[in-house]
Amino acid sequence: MTKPATLDPRPHGFDAWRAREDFPILKTEAHGKPLVYLDSAASAQKPRAVIEAVRHVYEAEYANIHRGVYELSEKTTAAFEGAREKVRAFLNAPEAREILFVRGATEGINLVAQSFGRAFLKEGDEIILSALEHHSNIVPWQLLRDITGIVLRVVPVNNAGELEIDAYAELLNTRTRLVAMTHVSNAIGTVTPIHDIVRLAHERGVPVLVDGCQAVPHQKVDVQDFDCDFYVFSGHKLYGPSGIGVLYGKAKHLEAMPPYQGGGDMIRSVTFEKTDYNVIPHKFEAGTPHIAGAIGLGAAIDYLEGLGIPEIMAHEQAVLHYATERLSRIRGLRPIGTAREKASILSFVLDRAHPHDVGTVLDGEGVAIRTGHHCAQPLMERFGIPATARASFGLYNTPEDVDALAAGLEKVLEIFG
Amino acid sequence: MLDLKDLYQEVIIDHSKRPRHFGKLADSNREAEGFNPLCGDRLTVKLIVEDGLVKNVAFEGVGCAISTASASMMTDMVIGKTEAEARALFQQFQELVTRKEPPTAAELTTLDKLAALTGVRAFPSRVKCATLAWHTLAAALDQRHEAVKTE
Repeated sequence: MTKPATLDPRPHGFDAWRAREDFPILKTEAHGKPLVYLDSAASAQKPRAVIEAVRHVYEAEYANIHRGVYELSEKTTAAFEGAREKVRAFLNAPEAREILFVRGATEGINLVAQSFGRAFLKEGDEIILSALEHHSNIVPWQLLRDITGIVLRVVPVNNAGELEIDAYAELLNTRTRLVAMTHVSNAIGTVTPIHDIVRLAHERGVPVLVDGCQAVPHQKVDVQDFDCDFYVFSGHKLYGPSGIGVLYGKAKHLEAMPPYQGGGDMIRSVTFEKTDYNVIPHKFEAGTPHIAGAIGLGAAIDYLEGLGIPEIMAHEQAVLHYATERLSRIRGLRPIGTAREKASILSFVLDRAHPHDVGTVLDGEGVAIRTGHHCAQPLMERFGIPATARASFGLYNTPEDVDALAAGLEKVLEIFG
Repeated sequence: MLDLKDLYQEVIIDHSKRPRHFGKLADSNREAEGFNPLCGDRLTVKLIVEDGLVKNVAFEGVGCAISTASASMMTDMVIGKTEAEARALFQQFQELVTRKEPPTAAELTTLDKLAALTGVRAFPSRVKCATLAWHTLAAALDQRHEAVKTE
Protein backbone atom coordinates (compact mmCIF):
# COMPACT_ATOMS: atom_id res chain seq x y z
CA MET A 1 0.00 0.00 0.00
CA THR A 2 1.35 3.41 -0.86
CA LYS A 3 1.61 5.88 1.93
CA PRO A 4 -0.27 9.17 1.62
CA ALA A 5 1.89 11.98 0.29
CA THR A 6 1.29 14.06 3.42
CA LEU A 7 3.23 11.46 5.40
CA ASP A 8 6.44 12.05 3.49
CA PRO A 9 9.01 14.19 5.24
CA ARG A 10 8.92 17.62 3.72
CA PRO A 11 11.82 20.06 3.86
CA HIS A 12 9.70 22.96 5.09
CA GLY A 13 6.74 21.20 6.68
CA PHE A 14 6.40 18.99 9.75
CA ASP A 15 8.74 16.03 9.73
CA ALA A 16 7.73 13.37 12.27
CA TRP A 17 10.86 11.32 11.55
CA ARG A 18 12.97 14.33 12.47
CA ALA A 19 10.81 15.07 15.54
CA ARG A 20 11.32 11.50 16.81
CA GLU A 21 14.96 12.41 17.36
CA ASP A 22 13.82 14.86 20.04
CA PHE A 23 12.40 12.05 22.19
CA PRO A 24 15.16 10.00 23.86
CA ILE A 25 12.76 7.28 25.06
CA LEU A 26 11.83 6.37 21.49
CA LYS A 27 15.33 4.92 21.12
CA THR A 28 14.71 2.37 23.88
CA GLU A 29 13.54 -1.20 23.48
CA ALA A 30 10.70 -3.24 24.95
CA HIS A 31 11.30 -6.99 25.29
CA GLY A 32 14.27 -6.67 22.94
CA LYS A 33 12.25 -4.98 20.19
CA PRO A 34 12.30 -1.28 19.25
CA LEU A 35 9.66 0.53 21.29
CA VAL A 36 6.55 1.41 19.29
CA TYR A 37 4.70 3.77 21.60
CA LEU A 38 1.00 4.04 20.77
CA ASP A 39 -0.34 5.21 24.14
CA SER A 40 0.09 8.98 24.01
CA ALA A 41 -3.55 9.48 24.97
CA ALA A 42 -2.66 7.98 28.36
CA SER A 43 0.51 10.02 28.63
CA ALA A 44 2.76 11.53 25.98
CA GLN A 45 6.54 11.04 25.93
CA LYS A 46 8.80 13.99 26.69
CA PRO A 47 11.03 15.85 24.22
CA ARG A 48 14.55 16.74 25.23
CA ALA A 49 13.51 20.42 25.43
CA VAL A 50 11.17 19.59 28.33
CA ILE A 51 13.62 17.29 30.09
CA GLU A 52 16.33 19.97 29.81
CA ALA A 53 14.03 22.74 31.02
CA VAL A 54 13.15 20.78 34.17
CA ARG A 55 16.79 19.93 34.74
CA HIS A 56 17.75 23.58 34.25
CA VAL A 57 15.30 24.68 36.94
CA TYR A 58 16.86 22.40 39.53
CA GLU A 59 20.44 22.99 38.44
CA ALA A 60 20.40 26.73 37.97
CA GLU A 61 17.17 28.52 38.77
CA TYR A 62 15.44 26.94 41.73
CA ALA A 63 14.03 28.63 44.83
CA ASN A 64 10.53 29.09 46.18
CA ILE A 65 8.41 31.62 44.33
CA HIS A 66 6.48 34.76 45.30
CA ARG A 67 8.46 34.95 48.55
CA GLY A 68 12.17 35.58 48.35
CA VAL A 69 13.73 39.03 48.25
CA TYR A 70 16.85 37.52 46.75
CA GLU A 71 17.75 37.24 43.09
CA LEU A 72 17.37 33.46 42.76
CA SER A 73 13.79 33.49 43.99
CA GLU A 74 12.99 36.38 41.68
CA LYS A 75 14.38 34.43 38.74
CA THR A 76 12.30 31.36 39.58
CA THR A 77 9.21 33.50 40.07
CA ALA A 78 9.78 35.10 36.68
CA ALA A 79 10.17 31.68 35.03
CA PHE A 80 7.02 30.35 36.75
CA GLU A 81 4.94 33.40 35.83
CA GLY A 82 6.51 33.27 32.36
CA ALA A 83 5.09 29.75 32.02
CA ARG A 84 1.65 31.09 33.00
CA GLU A 85 1.91 33.66 30.23
CA LYS A 86 2.89 30.91 27.74
CA VAL A 87 -0.23 28.95 28.72
CA ARG A 88 -2.34 32.10 28.35
CA ALA A 89 -1.06 32.67 24.83
CA PHE A 90 -1.40 28.95 24.01
CA LEU A 91 -5.13 29.02 24.91
CA ASN A 92 -5.55 32.62 23.75
CA ALA A 93 -7.04 33.47 27.15
CA PRO A 94 -7.63 37.21 27.65
CA GLU A 95 -5.56 37.48 30.83
CA ALA A 96 -2.78 35.51 32.57
CA ARG A 97 -4.64 35.75 35.90
CA GLU A 98 -7.32 33.51 34.40
CA ILE A 99 -4.79 30.65 34.18
CA LEU A 100 -4.59 28.52 37.34
CA PHE A 101 -1.88 25.91 37.79
CA VAL A 102 -3.29 22.69 39.23
CA ARG A 103 -2.04 19.08 39.48
CA GLY A 104 -3.88 18.05 36.35
CA ALA A 105 -7.26 18.16 34.65
CA THR A 106 -8.69 15.98 37.43
CA GLU A 107 -7.82 18.56 40.06
CA GLY A 108 -9.08 21.35 37.80
CA ILE A 109 -12.51 19.72 37.54
CA ASN A 110 -12.61 18.94 41.25
CA LEU A 111 -11.73 22.58 41.95
CA VAL A 112 -14.70 23.82 39.93
CA ALA A 113 -17.01 21.19 41.45
CA GLN A 114 -16.02 22.00 45.01
CA SER A 115 -15.66 25.77 44.72
CA PHE A 116 -18.17 26.85 42.07
CA GLY A 117 -20.46 23.89 42.76
CA ARG A 118 -20.71 24.16 46.51
CA ALA A 119 -21.04 27.95 46.45
CA PHE A 120 -23.59 28.34 43.68
CA LEU A 121 -25.50 25.07 43.22
CA LYS A 122 -28.33 23.76 45.35
CA GLU A 123 -30.70 20.82 45.54
CA GLY A 124 -32.58 20.21 42.29
CA ASP A 125 -30.12 22.19 40.15
CA GLU A 126 -28.91 20.26 37.12
CA ILE A 127 -25.53 19.64 35.51
CA ILE A 128 -25.25 18.21 32.01
CA LEU A 129 -22.48 15.74 31.17
CA SER A 130 -22.09 13.41 28.18
CA ALA A 131 -21.79 9.65 27.74
CA LEU A 132 -18.26 10.27 26.45
CA GLU A 133 -16.87 11.51 29.75
CA HIS A 134 -13.78 10.17 31.47
CA HIS A 135 -14.41 9.19 35.10
CA SER A 136 -12.62 12.41 36.09
CA ASN A 137 -15.51 14.41 34.62
CA ILE A 138 -18.15 12.19 36.25
CA VAL A 139 -17.06 11.37 39.78
CA PRO A 140 -16.33 14.97 40.96
CA TRP A 141 -19.95 15.83 40.06
CA GLN A 142 -21.26 12.75 41.85
CA LEU A 143 -19.36 13.83 44.97
CA LEU A 144 -20.97 17.25 44.61
CA ARG A 145 -24.37 15.63 44.07
CA ASP A 146 -24.00 13.67 47.31
CA ILE A 147 -23.37 16.91 49.21
CA THR A 148 -25.82 19.28 47.52
CA GLY A 149 -28.55 17.13 45.98
CA ILE A 150 -27.96 18.36 42.43
CA VAL A 151 -29.08 16.20 39.49
CA LEU A 152 -26.76 14.89 36.76
CA ARG A 153 -28.15 14.63 33.23
CA VAL A 154 -26.27 12.74 30.51
CA VAL A 155 -26.24 13.50 26.78
CA PRO A 156 -26.27 10.20 24.82
CA VAL A 157 -24.09 9.32 21.82
CA ASN A 158 -25.11 7.59 18.59
CA ASN A 159 -23.65 4.31 17.31
CA ALA A 160 -20.70 6.13 15.77
CA GLY A 161 -19.90 7.64 19.17
CA GLU A 162 -21.00 11.15 18.19
CA LEU A 163 -22.72 13.42 20.68
CA GLU A 164 -26.47 13.67 20.05
CA ILE A 165 -26.68 17.43 19.93
CA ASP A 166 -30.48 17.51 19.64
CA ALA A 167 -30.78 15.48 22.83
CA TYR A 168 -28.39 17.95 24.46
CA ALA A 169 -30.54 20.89 23.42
CA GLU A 170 -33.55 19.15 24.95
CA LEU A 171 -31.76 18.48 28.23
CA LEU A 172 -30.99 22.18 28.71
CA ASN A 173 -33.73 23.70 30.84
CA THR A 174 -34.42 26.33 33.48
CA ARG A 175 -32.82 24.16 36.20
CA THR A 176 -29.54 23.67 34.28
CA ARG A 177 -26.71 25.45 36.09
CA LEU A 178 -23.61 24.03 34.40
CA VAL A 179 -22.50 21.97 31.41
CA ALA A 180 -19.32 19.88 31.87
CA MET A 181 -18.29 18.26 28.62
CA THR A 182 -15.26 16.66 27.06
CA HIS A 183 -13.74 18.26 23.98
CA VAL A 184 -12.31 14.96 22.70
CA SER A 185 -13.21 11.47 23.96
CA ASN A 186 -10.15 9.76 25.44
CA ALA A 187 -11.61 6.31 24.78
CA ILE A 188 -12.80 6.60 21.18
CA GLY A 189 -11.48 9.92 19.85
CA THR A 190 -14.79 11.70 19.09
CA VAL A 191 -14.43 15.49 18.81
CA THR A 192 -17.50 17.19 20.28
CA PRO A 193 -19.03 20.35 18.74
CA ILE A 194 -17.84 22.75 21.42
CA HIS A 195 -19.06 25.88 19.58
CA ASP A 196 -22.62 24.53 19.49
CA ILE A 197 -22.44 23.20 23.04
CA VAL A 198 -21.38 26.60 24.38
CA ARG A 199 -23.77 28.60 22.21
CA LEU A 200 -26.82 26.57 23.24
CA ALA A 201 -25.85 26.75 26.93
CA HIS A 202 -25.14 30.48 26.81
CA GLU A 203 -28.53 31.12 25.23
CA ARG A 204 -29.85 30.03 28.61
CA GLY A 205 -27.13 31.76 30.61
CA VAL A 206 -25.54 28.42 31.57
CA PRO A 207 -21.74 28.33 31.96
CA VAL A 208 -19.71 25.55 30.29
CA LEU A 209 -16.65 23.66 31.52
CA VAL A 210 -14.65 21.88 28.80
CA ASP A 211 -12.32 18.94 29.52
CA GLY A 212 -9.61 19.58 26.95
CA CYS A 213 -7.10 16.88 27.96
CA GLN A 214 -7.28 15.01 24.68
CA ALA A 215 -7.79 18.11 22.52
CA VAL A 216 -4.82 20.35 23.32
CA PRO A 217 -2.16 17.93 22.02
CA HIS A 218 -3.91 17.65 18.66
CA GLN A 219 -5.46 20.96 17.71
CA LYS A 220 -5.31 24.69 18.22
CA VAL A 221 -7.54 25.70 21.13
CA ASP A 222 -8.83 29.26 21.46
CA VAL A 223 -10.93 29.75 24.59
CA GLN A 224 -12.15 33.14 23.41
CA ASP A 225 -13.33 31.66 20.16
CA PHE A 226 -15.12 28.85 22.06
CA ASP A 227 -16.30 31.38 24.65
CA CYS A 228 -16.28 28.54 27.22
CA ASP A 229 -16.27 29.50 30.90
CA PHE A 230 -13.72 26.92 32.07
CA TYR A 231 -11.19 24.82 30.16
CA VAL A 232 -8.96 22.19 31.78
CA PHE A 233 -6.03 20.10 30.56
CA SER A 234 -3.12 18.06 31.92
CA GLY A 235 0.54 18.83 31.19
CA HIS A 236 1.64 15.23 30.82
CA LYS A 237 -0.62 14.61 27.83
CA LEU A 238 0.86 17.70 26.16
CA TYR A 239 4.42 16.30 26.21
CA GLY A 240 5.06 18.12 29.51
CA PRO A 241 5.72 16.83 33.04
CA SER A 242 3.14 14.93 35.06
CA GLY A 243 1.73 16.54 38.19
CA ILE A 244 1.00 19.87 36.50
CA GLY A 245 -2.14 20.96 34.72
CA VAL A 246 -4.18 24.01 33.90
CA LEU A 247 -7.60 25.36 34.74
CA TYR A 248 -8.59 28.35 32.65
CA GLY A 249 -11.58 30.23 34.03
CA LYS A 250 -13.18 33.51 33.07
CA ALA A 251 -12.11 36.13 35.61
CA LYS A 252 -15.73 36.94 36.52
CA HIS A 253 -16.25 33.34 37.71
CA LEU A 254 -12.89 32.93 39.43
CA GLU A 255 -13.34 36.18 41.32
CA ALA A 256 -16.80 35.17 42.55
CA MET A 257 -15.73 31.65 43.56
CA PRO A 258 -14.49 30.89 47.09
CA PRO A 259 -11.02 29.35 47.56
CA TYR A 260 -10.66 25.61 46.98
CA GLN A 261 -7.82 24.95 49.42
CA GLY A 262 -6.38 27.11 52.17
CA GLY A 263 -2.70 27.68 52.82
CA GLY A 264 0.25 29.84 51.98
CA ASP A 265 0.35 32.15 48.94
CA MET A 266 -3.44 32.26 48.63
CA ILE A 267 -3.84 34.91 51.32
CA ARG A 268 -3.22 38.63 51.74
CA SER A 269 -3.28 38.64 55.52
CA VAL A 270 -4.11 36.12 58.20
CA THR A 271 -5.19 36.59 61.80
CA PHE A 272 -6.97 33.96 63.84
CA GLU A 273 -10.14 36.04 63.50
CA LYS A 274 -10.11 36.73 59.78
CA THR A 275 -8.20 36.02 56.59
CA ASP A 276 -8.18 38.17 53.48
CA TYR A 277 -7.68 36.16 50.33
CA ASN A 278 -5.21 36.97 47.61
CA VAL A 279 -6.31 38.00 44.12
CA ILE A 280 -6.72 35.46 41.31
CA PRO A 281 -4.92 33.30 40.27
CA HIS A 282 -3.11 33.13 43.63
CA LYS A 283 -6.37 32.70 45.57
CA PHE A 284 -6.56 29.20 44.06
CA GLU A 285 -2.90 28.25 44.34
CA ALA A 286 -2.44 27.41 48.02
CA GLY A 287 0.97 26.07 48.99
CA THR A 288 4.16 25.76 46.98
CA PRO A 289 3.13 24.63 43.49
CA HIS A 290 4.89 22.24 41.10
CA ILE A 291 7.34 24.95 40.05
CA ALA A 292 9.53 22.86 37.76
CA GLY A 293 6.43 21.21 36.33
CA ALA A 294 4.91 24.54 35.30
CA ILE A 295 8.19 25.67 33.74
CA GLY A 296 8.48 22.28 31.98
CA LEU A 297 4.94 22.72 30.65
CA GLY A 298 5.96 26.13 29.30
CA ALA A 299 8.87 24.44 27.52
CA ALA A 300 6.50 21.84 26.05
CA ILE A 301 4.29 24.62 24.68
CA ASP A 302 7.33 26.37 23.15
CA TYR A 303 8.36 23.08 21.58
CA LEU A 304 4.91 22.43 20.07
CA GLU A 305 4.51 26.00 18.83
CA GLY A 306 7.93 25.65 17.22
CA LEU A 307 6.76 22.59 15.28
CA GLY A 308 3.40 24.17 14.47
CA ILE A 309 0.19 22.75 15.93
CA PRO A 310 -1.76 22.82 12.64
CA GLU A 311 1.13 20.91 11.03
CA ILE A 312 1.14 18.34 13.87
CA MET A 313 -2.61 17.95 13.47
CA ALA A 314 -2.33 17.38 9.71
CA HIS A 315 0.33 14.73 10.27
CA GLU A 316 -1.63 12.93 13.00
CA GLN A 317 -4.79 12.95 10.92
CA ALA A 318 -2.87 11.38 8.04
CA VAL A 319 -1.51 8.68 10.38
CA LEU A 320 -5.02 8.11 11.80
CA HIS A 321 -6.42 7.79 8.31
CA TYR A 322 -3.69 5.34 7.30
CA ALA A 323 -4.20 3.31 10.51
CA THR A 324 -7.99 3.20 10.11
CA GLU A 325 -7.59 1.89 6.58
CA ARG A 326 -4.76 -0.51 7.44
CA LEU A 327 -6.56 -2.01 10.46
CA SER A 328 -9.81 -2.41 8.55
CA ARG A 329 -8.05 -5.22 6.69
CA ILE A 330 -7.37 -7.17 9.91
CA ARG A 331 -9.75 -10.13 10.06
CA GLY A 332 -12.48 -9.76 12.68
CA LEU A 333 -11.46 -6.26 13.76
CA ARG A 334 -14.27 -3.87 14.67
CA PRO A 335 -13.48 -0.21 15.32
CA ILE A 336 -15.30 1.33 18.30
CA GLY A 337 -16.01 5.00 17.63
CA THR A 338 -16.35 6.02 14.02
CA ALA A 339 -17.26 9.68 14.41
CA ARG A 340 -16.78 11.88 11.36
CA GLU A 341 -14.54 14.17 13.38
CA LYS A 342 -11.95 12.31 15.43
CA ALA A 343 -8.63 12.99 17.10
CA SER A 344 -5.85 10.46 16.45
CA ILE A 345 -7.28 7.75 18.70
CA LEU A 346 -8.27 4.34 17.35
CA SER A 347 -10.22 2.01 19.63
CA PHE A 348 -11.12 -1.48 18.48
CA VAL A 349 -12.07 -5.01 19.45
CA LEU A 350 -11.21 -8.31 17.77
CA ASP A 351 -13.78 -11.08 17.55
CA ARG A 352 -11.12 -13.71 18.24
CA ALA A 353 -9.23 -12.19 21.16
CA HIS A 354 -9.97 -10.18 24.28
CA PRO A 355 -8.32 -6.72 24.44
CA HIS A 356 -6.06 -7.81 27.30
CA ASP A 357 -4.68 -10.68 25.29
CA VAL A 358 -4.22 -8.32 22.33
CA GLY A 359 -2.27 -5.95 24.59
CA THR A 360 -0.04 -8.72 25.94
CA VAL A 361 0.81 -10.12 22.51
CA LEU A 362 1.54 -6.63 21.15
CA ASP A 363 3.71 -5.91 24.19
CA GLY A 364 5.79 -8.93 23.27
CA GLU A 365 6.36 -7.24 19.90
CA GLY A 366 7.45 -3.98 21.52
CA VAL A 367 4.13 -2.28 20.69
CA ALA A 368 2.59 -0.38 23.63
CA ILE A 369 -1.16 0.18 23.45
CA ARG A 370 -3.78 0.72 26.13
CA THR A 371 -6.36 -1.97 26.86
CA GLY A 372 -9.29 -1.81 29.23
CA HIS A 373 -12.18 0.54 29.85
CA HIS A 374 -10.07 3.73 29.58
CA CYS A 375 -11.67 5.19 32.73
CA ALA A 376 -14.88 5.51 30.71
CA GLN A 377 -17.01 2.59 31.92
CA PRO A 378 -20.36 4.23 31.06
CA LEU A 379 -19.17 4.59 27.45
CA MET A 380 -18.07 0.93 27.31
CA GLU A 381 -21.50 -0.02 28.60
CA ARG A 382 -23.08 2.10 25.84
CA PHE A 383 -21.29 -0.06 23.27
CA GLY A 384 -21.99 -3.28 25.20
CA ILE A 385 -18.34 -4.22 25.68
CA PRO A 386 -16.20 -4.47 28.82
CA ALA A 387 -13.08 -3.08 27.19
CA THR A 388 -11.32 -2.10 23.99
CA ALA A 389 -7.79 -2.05 22.66
CA ARG A 390 -6.76 1.52 21.93
CA ALA A 391 -3.93 2.85 19.80
CA SER A 392 -3.37 6.59 20.08
CA PHE A 393 -0.99 8.55 17.89
CA GLY A 394 1.21 11.44 18.90
CA LEU A 395 3.31 13.79 16.82
CA TYR A 396 6.18 11.25 16.76
CA ASN A 397 4.17 8.33 15.39
CA THR A 398 4.67 7.30 11.78
CA PRO A 399 3.10 4.90 9.29
CA GLU A 400 5.89 2.46 10.24
CA ASP A 401 4.40 2.38 13.75
CA VAL A 402 1.03 1.55 12.23
CA ASP A 403 2.65 -1.24 10.22
CA ALA A 404 4.21 -2.63 13.43
CA LEU A 405 0.76 -2.53 15.07
CA ALA A 406 -0.81 -4.33 12.12
CA ALA A 407 1.96 -6.98 12.13
CA GLY A 408 1.41 -7.46 15.87
CA LEU A 409 -2.32 -7.93 15.30
CA GLU A 410 -1.58 -10.58 12.67
CA LYS A 411 0.46 -12.34 15.35
CA VAL A 412 -2.56 -12.15 17.69
CA LEU A 413 -4.61 -13.87 15.00
CA GLU A 414 -1.93 -16.55 14.60
CA ILE A 415 -2.24 -17.38 18.29
CA PHE A 416 -6.00 -17.03 18.63
CA GLY A 417 -6.95 -17.57 14.95
CA MET B 1 12.65 -11.42 25.13
CA LEU B 2 9.17 -12.23 26.22
CA ASP B 3 8.13 -15.72 25.24
CA LEU B 4 4.43 -15.66 24.54
CA LYS B 5 4.44 -19.41 24.09
CA ASP B 6 4.93 -19.73 27.85
CA LEU B 7 1.74 -17.76 28.41
CA TYR B 8 -0.48 -18.87 25.58
CA GLN B 9 0.20 -22.61 25.67
CA GLU B 10 -1.96 -24.79 23.50
CA VAL B 11 -3.96 -26.12 26.43
CA ILE B 12 -4.78 -22.55 27.51
CA ILE B 13 -5.91 -21.50 24.05
CA ASP B 14 -8.00 -24.67 23.89
CA HIS B 15 -9.72 -23.99 27.24
CA SER B 16 -10.27 -20.33 26.36
CA LYS B 17 -11.95 -21.21 23.09
CA ARG B 18 -13.94 -24.17 24.38
CA PRO B 19 -14.40 -23.52 28.08
CA ARG B 20 -15.59 -26.58 30.04
CA HIS B 21 -18.59 -26.36 32.36
CA PHE B 22 -19.50 -23.00 30.87
CA GLY B 23 -23.11 -21.95 31.33
CA LYS B 24 -25.94 -22.33 33.78
CA LEU B 25 -26.12 -24.87 36.60
CA ALA B 26 -29.54 -26.03 37.75
CA ASP B 27 -29.97 -26.70 41.47
CA SER B 28 -26.75 -24.95 42.46
CA ASN B 29 -26.58 -24.17 46.17
CA ARG B 30 -23.55 -21.89 46.26
CA GLU B 31 -22.60 -19.01 43.98
CA ALA B 32 -20.48 -15.87 43.83
CA GLU B 33 -19.67 -13.13 41.35
CA GLY B 34 -16.12 -12.03 40.58
CA PHE B 35 -15.10 -8.73 39.05
CA ASN B 36 -11.79 -7.31 37.88
CA PRO B 37 -12.25 -3.51 37.92
CA LEU B 38 -8.99 -3.08 36.02
CA CYS B 39 -10.34 -4.68 32.84
CA GLY B 40 -14.06 -4.99 33.47
CA ASP B 41 -13.97 -8.79 33.37
CA ARG B 42 -16.85 -10.36 35.21
CA LEU B 43 -17.75 -13.96 35.95
CA THR B 44 -20.13 -15.98 38.07
CA VAL B 45 -19.24 -19.34 39.63
CA LYS B 46 -22.01 -21.71 40.72
CA LEU B 47 -21.54 -24.88 42.73
CA ILE B 48 -23.44 -27.85 43.97
CA VAL B 49 -21.90 -28.80 47.31
CA GLU B 50 -23.23 -31.83 49.16
CA ASP B 51 -21.80 -33.33 52.34
CA GLY B 52 -18.68 -31.23 51.99
CA LEU B 53 -18.09 -32.51 48.47
CA VAL B 54 -18.05 -30.38 45.29
CA LYS B 55 -20.48 -32.34 43.13
CA ASN B 56 -20.67 -29.95 40.20
CA VAL B 57 -19.42 -26.51 39.09
CA ALA B 58 -20.21 -24.11 36.29
CA PHE B 59 -19.18 -20.60 35.36
CA GLU B 60 -20.47 -17.82 33.14
CA GLY B 61 -19.18 -14.43 32.10
CA VAL B 62 -16.79 -12.58 29.83
CA GLY B 63 -13.06 -12.51 30.18
CA CYS B 64 -9.72 -12.71 28.46
CA ALA B 65 -8.13 -15.97 27.37
CA ILE B 66 -6.23 -16.29 30.64
CA SER B 67 -9.20 -15.77 32.94
CA THR B 68 -11.49 -17.96 30.83
CA ALA B 69 -8.94 -20.78 30.60
CA SER B 70 -8.21 -20.54 34.30
CA ALA B 71 -11.91 -20.76 35.14
CA SER B 72 -12.40 -23.67 32.77
CA MET B 73 -9.46 -25.65 34.14
CA MET B 74 -10.56 -24.87 37.65
CA THR B 75 -13.98 -26.42 37.05
CA ASP B 76 -12.30 -29.56 35.69
CA MET B 77 -10.05 -29.77 38.71
CA VAL B 78 -12.41 -29.16 41.61
CA ILE B 79 -15.30 -31.44 40.70
CA GLY B 80 -15.17 -34.41 43.06
CA LYS B 81 -12.90 -32.67 45.54
CA THR B 82 -13.87 -31.87 49.12
CA GLU B 83 -14.34 -28.22 50.02
CA ALA B 84 -11.07 -28.35 51.97
CA GLU B 85 -9.20 -29.85 49.02
CA ALA B 86 -10.59 -27.19 46.65
CA ARG B 87 -9.53 -24.43 49.02
CA ALA B 88 -6.07 -25.94 49.41
CA LEU B 89 -5.66 -26.08 45.63
CA PHE B 90 -6.65 -22.40 45.39
CA GLN B 91 -4.07 -21.51 48.05
CA GLN B 92 -1.36 -23.42 46.28
CA PHE B 93 -2.18 -22.02 42.86
CA GLN B 94 -2.37 -18.48 44.20
CA GLU B 95 1.00 -18.86 45.88
CA LEU B 96 2.69 -20.31 42.83
CA VAL B 97 1.62 -17.54 40.47
CA THR B 98 2.49 -14.73 42.86
CA ARG B 99 5.71 -15.84 44.55
CA LYS B 100 9.16 -15.11 43.20
CA GLU B 101 10.59 -18.65 43.07
CA PRO B 102 9.53 -20.83 40.15
CA PRO B 103 7.45 -23.92 40.96
CA THR B 104 9.29 -27.15 41.75
CA ALA B 105 8.73 -30.32 39.74
CA ALA B 106 6.71 -31.80 42.61
CA GLU B 107 4.48 -28.73 42.77
CA LEU B 108 3.87 -28.85 39.03
CA THR B 109 2.79 -32.48 39.36
CA THR B 110 0.23 -31.59 42.05
CA LEU B 111 -1.11 -28.76 39.91
CA ASP B 112 -1.65 -31.12 36.98
CA LYS B 113 -3.06 -29.14 34.01
CA LEU B 114 -3.04 -25.91 36.03
CA ALA B 115 0.74 -26.02 35.65
CA ALA B 116 0.25 -24.49 32.19
CA LEU B 117 -1.03 -21.31 33.86
CA THR B 118 2.10 -20.70 35.89
CA GLY B 119 3.47 -18.95 32.78
CA VAL B 120 1.63 -15.81 33.96
CA ARG B 121 4.41 -15.34 36.52
CA ALA B 122 6.37 -13.57 33.77
CA PHE B 123 3.42 -11.22 33.15
CA PRO B 124 2.66 -9.39 36.42
CA SER B 125 -0.26 -7.46 34.91
CA ARG B 126 -1.97 -10.75 34.05
CA VAL B 127 -1.78 -12.56 37.37
CA LYS B 128 -5.16 -11.21 38.42
CA CYS B 129 -6.71 -12.62 35.27
CA ALA B 130 -5.48 -16.08 36.25
CA THR B 131 -6.74 -15.88 39.83
CA LEU B 132 -10.15 -14.19 39.34
CA ALA B 133 -12.10 -17.46 38.98
CA TRP B 134 -10.35 -18.94 42.01
CA HIS B 135 -11.14 -15.96 44.24
CA THR B 136 -14.73 -16.27 43.09
CA LEU B 137 -14.77 -20.00 43.84
CA ALA B 138 -13.44 -19.32 47.35
CA ALA B 139 -16.16 -16.72 47.90
CA ALA B 140 -18.81 -19.18 46.73
CA LEU B 141 -17.49 -21.85 49.08
CA ASP B 142 -17.51 -19.31 51.92
CA GLN B 143 -21.03 -18.26 50.93
CA ARG B 144 -19.97 -14.62 50.85
CA HIS B 145 -22.55 -12.58 49.00
CA GLU B 146 -20.80 -9.38 47.95
CA ALA B 147 -19.01 -9.48 44.58
CA VAL B 148 -15.34 -10.40 44.78
CA LYS B 149 -12.97 -7.81 43.42
CA THR B 150 -9.40 -8.38 42.40
CA GLU B 151 -8.43 -4.83 43.35
